[in-house]
Amino acid sequence: MEAVTDFINALVLLLNFIVVPGLSYGSQLALGALGITLVFGILRFANFAHGDTMAFGTMITILVTWWLQSKGVSLGPLPTALLALPAGILLTVLLLVITDRSVYRYYRHHKAVPVTFMIASMGVMFMTNGIVRFVIGPNDQRFLDGERFIVRARDFKETTGLAEGLSIKVSQGLTIVIAILLVAALFWFLQKTRTGKAMRAYSDNEDLALLSGVDPDKVVLVTWIITAILATIAGTLYGLDKSFKPFTYLQLLLPMFAAAIVGGIGNPIGAIVGGYVIAFSEVMVTYAYKKVFIYLLPQSLEPEGLLQLLSTDYKFAVSFVILVLVLLVRPTGIFRGKVL
Amino acid sequence: MTNSRKTGLAFAAVGVLLLIIGFMQSWNVALGIFNLCLISAVMALGVNMQWGYAGLLNVGVMGFAALGGMSAVLVSQAPIAEAWNASWSRLFISAICFAATIAASIVCYRKLAPGRNRNLALTLVIVAGLFVTRQFLDPAISSIESIEPAKTGFLGGLGAPIIFSWLIGGFVAAGIAWCIGKVALGLRADYLAIATLGISEIIIAVLKNEDWLTRGVKNVTGLSRPVPYEIDLQTSPWFIDIMTWWHGGALEALDSAARQQALKQFVIDGSSIFVKLCYSGLFAGVLIIVLLLSVRALNSPWGRMMRAIRDNEIAAGAMGKDVTRRHLEIFVIGSAVIGIAGAMLTTLDGQFTPTSYQPLRFTFLIWVMVIVGGSGNNMGSVLGGFLIWLVWIEAEPVGVWLMEAGTGWLDEGNALRLHLIENAQHMRLFFMGLVLLLVLRFSPGGILPEVVPRQKSSD
Repeated sequence: MEAVTDFINALVLLLNFIVVPGLSYGSQLALGALGITLVFGILRFANFAHGDTMAFGTMITILVTWWLQSKGVSLGPLPTALLALPAGILLTVLLLVITDRSVYRYYRHHKAVPVTFMIASMGVMFMTNGIVRFVIGPNDQRFLDGERFIVRARDFKETTGLAEGLSIKVSQGLTIVIAILLVAALFWFLQKTRTGKAMRAYSDNEDLALLSGVDPDKVVLVTWIITAILATIAGTLYGLDKSFKPFTYLQLLLPMFAAAIVGGIGNPIGAIVGGYVIAFSEVMVTYAYKKVFIYLLPQSLEPEGLLQLLSTDYKFAVSFVILVLVLLVRPTGIFRGKVL
Repeated sequence: MTNSRKTGLAFAAVGVLLLIIGFMQSWNVALGIFNLCLISAVMALGVNMQWGYAGLLNVGVMGFAALGGMSAVLVSQAPIAEAWNASWSRLFISAICFAATIAASIVCYRKLAPGRNRNLALTLVIVAGLFVTRQFLDPAISSIESIEPAKTGFLGGLGAPIIFSWLIGGFVAAGIAWCIGKVALGLRADYLAIATLGISEIIIAVLKNEDWLTRGVKNVTGLSRPVPYEIDLQTSPWFIDIMTWWHGGALEALDSAARQQALKQFVIDGSSIFVKLCYSGLFAGVLIIVLLLSVRALNSPWGRMMRAIRDNEIAAGAMGKDVTRRHLEIFVIGSAVIGIAGAMLTTLDGQFTPTSYQPLRFTFLIWVMVIVGGSGNNMGSVLGGFLIWLVWIEAEPVGVWLMEAGTGWLDEGNALRLHLIENAQHMRLFFMGLVLLLVLRFSPGGILPEVVPRQKSSD
């Protein structure tokens, strides 16, 4: 009997420290990587400004959230930020459409090489970053309100009688639910609607799509709108889960790129799988397994060290080792990329 | 001819800007900016070699600069004998294990046929090798880090004059660049950019966490200097004599008590300017050497070959040029130059702080310098380094001043006004992006575009 409880305890430990954080972080990365992959598939360049687009959308959401909070509006147990999201999305759409009109469109019409787009996106990154820091400052901002937990560690222990607790934050549950809904909607859009099909055709073969009467301006516009929606929601969920700091969002760019490339850049399914691959490997490689093995192994075999493969500070390194490995072994990613 | 006139004009403009700063703020500030301009110019030259000559998109500038900084620590710090005594045997064994792992994986890679078996064998060899290495390395590290962790807790360095680190920094950066280039240079341009961006983050992560090597986030402060210390200058008679002579006119007019006072102030100010001038001399020397070599290289057959490869890899390959090797070559050379600049920067700062390496400042800003200055043009990169650094530094006071002037109609304590003034410094990021986009759009060649030393064909 004790062996069974020990086993369940070990499972709960893994669930609490690996599965739940991995799933929520993975969902955030997946949503971010979807934006990168869409831009790559349609506009054919690696968008360095994506992390800062996320920061911008989140910033607007935060500002509106604060305004709503000051008016006494709340969603009860859910964070008020959900109410503010549409405003954030709207302004981010505006930002992306303006940058496209003022920056990228010129290069598109002149058929510039992807590298030029990429360098232009660095310029956009600087500008967006400057705006975000100017408006909200470079410091940490918290905007989470409402209920904190869906499942509390102590309640879980009392109910089940186990030694280990399981806690699920509202922000984590929300992240996973919203990510599933959003991804479902995106795939429905890409597969079933006329515009979605036009986007896929354009991504697959630009010339052929143009010959078939696909309107390139519309495709590009819709791409930026979807990217803005995804980026704002991903950024807000990340901010609710951890906290908002402009610099962190710049750093998120790296794992998001890794996720998009590992899955196969240009491929939405790849971006989602890549997001979870990166998130889970970051969490798994930096988790100290000592306690798990104490439960699983007989006392005589108890491990001495922490059994941590890498210190937590190396979590960014993990995503890049995976990235480099994938680029070497299978450069197109897990799901042969380049087509939506 | 017009081109050299344009170059002269652009540099004269930068000189005038520096003079204005000298007169308006202080000569100390102007010289401080000038020194960093020199370092930025060297760094931009390195990036220009990779991007301008060969079209390699290296977005890992920060990593190579940090490697240079690390070399400054490892060359100049005195060795910690206790730490070496406590750990040398284990370090030695782990180094052998590590080398054996590398050798075994190379043998695996060469001898086995490509496929799943090879990948599996390679993974096994590497994992097993790292496991064995860590068995020896971990206790060695903990024994090193346990020796006076508050003061040292690392191995120390060679105890050599710090100026050698500039050369060594170049070699270290070159070595790492060789390893990275071997792996990553086969990638397409955008993948290479992302890969180098990631690798630079990894380098910073290692420098932050491997306390035994560089003390990590505990920082190394008080690095030795290649130039005299202010405090020594202030007490040395020859320097006081020079100051008396220099400020002779101003001192004459004062009575003796006031003269002593004034002389003291002159000596204090003068010493700090003198130190900065010494640095300027050293940095300018390095810049001139690197610049001369790059100008020669770019105009040589080798430079022509590089440009040919950049403009059309397939054609150059068909002409018998080994594109992969040449790419590796220029990647290593460019990174070495960045490493040299990184070592100079750490020398100037007098401390090594891994947390200060941020991609916006150390990677993307350098890119702005190269693009704005003129990619493919050495003088352009130098100009970009000077101009962008000037703007980057001066945007802060100017921005605050503009905000204060622009919000003058608001109350003194108005929340909006305070917010605007407080955050005005961040506008320089916005401004940098704007400059980059404007140059890219309206003058894609930069301020001083590339000059191809032959007649243009008529296509």
